[in-house]
Amino acid sequence: MAVDEGLKIELGKQGVFVTTIEELYNWGRRNSIWPMQFGLACCAIEMIATTMARYDLARFGAEVFRPSPRQADLMIVSGTVTKKMAPQVVRLYNQMAEPKYVIAMGACAISGGPFKQGYNVLKGIDRYIPVDVHIPGCPPRPEALIQAFMTLQKKIDGQPLTGEGRPRFLDAAQQGEFPVPVFGEHDLEPASNKGVWPLPMVKQGIGNSKS
Amino acid sequence: MKTVEEIKSAIEAVLPGAGVEIVSNLSPSGQHSLRLKPECALAVAKFLRDDAELKLDYLSNATGVDWPESLEAVYHLYSVEKKHGPVILRMKTANRTDQVELPSLTPIWRSAEFQEREIFDLYGIVFTGHPDLRRLLMWEGFKDHPMRRDYREPDDFEYEPTAHDEVLKRSTEHQAAVAGQPGSEAGA
Repeated sequence: MAVDEGLKIELGKQGVFVTTIEELYNWGRRNSIWPMQFGLACCAIEMIATTMARYDLARFGAEVFRPSPRQADLMIVSGTVTKKMAPQVVRLYNQMAEPKYVIAMGACAISGGPFKQGYNVLKGIDRYIPVDVHIPGCPPRPEALIQAFMTLQKKIDGQPLTGEGRPRFLDAAQQGEFPVPVFGEHDLEPASNKGVWPLPMVKQGIGNSKS
Repeated sequence: MKTVEEIKSAIEAVLPGAGVEIVSNLSPSGQHSLRLKPECALAVAKFLRDDAELKLDYLSNATGVDWPESLEAVYHLYSVEKKHGPVILRMKTANRTDQVELPSLTPIWRSAEFQEREIFDLYGIVFTGHPDLRRLLMWEGFKDHPMRRDYREPDDFEYEPTAHDEVLKRSTEHQAAVAGQPGSEAGA
């Protein structure tokens, strides 16, 4: 589908600009990812630093942090997600308009991190919502968040508008709303969304290979 | 500042039968504490706050202890006016299951309010006379008390890529339980 690169350059020299709808559409999308203004813990401080003059996230078209989920395209889960906060995070994600993407920033958001065995910390937000980019670190440096942005931009750029691998908002069969967990007597119910977080492939820990 | 023995005798001079007990601390810090009888605790606390010589007007910390036979609340008191402290108070419940009430010291020191709510949340001590005894950190409807030693986390050990020690044990148990169920995917 893509235009031959050599031909494109040759035509460009003649003053003719050739592109595809897909390329143009994704170019527009990937250069205006507006994140939601939303921070959960210390990672949020690094996220704020990333938007400021030294690291300048505005270079990627993502300087406009929206205070409302309705106007945001990207949720940066920056920090520890406690079990008490998790339903609100999922609810905010549901309130965002498609197309929407998620970056899980830092050790806590991707796995629970140093608080993993705590009684009140969720073992990774990817149990409830689909995460596009995970960044490890405690907290990740602003460069890491910028790297995550660039990874996300590459991902958006590579999404075809039709057929296999098209984004969720162009696929009517895909899951649109994600169930919000409720507070149970001992834990959140359900403990994970199996549609988003299927049974993990790595089942055994180190030294646990006998069974 | 007065020693704990002097404080004890000062309390007993004003409130005979208060039954204050000294719990000594043999570590280098030597921070001995006073164990109060729950039924007299409010009167003793009021005395400690209002006594001209002690003036313990500031409660800096309240916490809980989980003993094998009972639960305990510990309070650290200072005096901002006299610049001394800490004086440590302790109160024990009768047992760990059904008699877990202790008098709230929130009417004496406002700063105990949230800390007693936290103790109630995490240890399950019920403070009678507390103005607003709700869970502080966990949600309403949560049944357990996570800081108790007999607390058992929910069984969410299905994915432990770097398990060791206790986690490895729970993870193995979880895998065994899943493998026991018919139609499970374990071992796939």
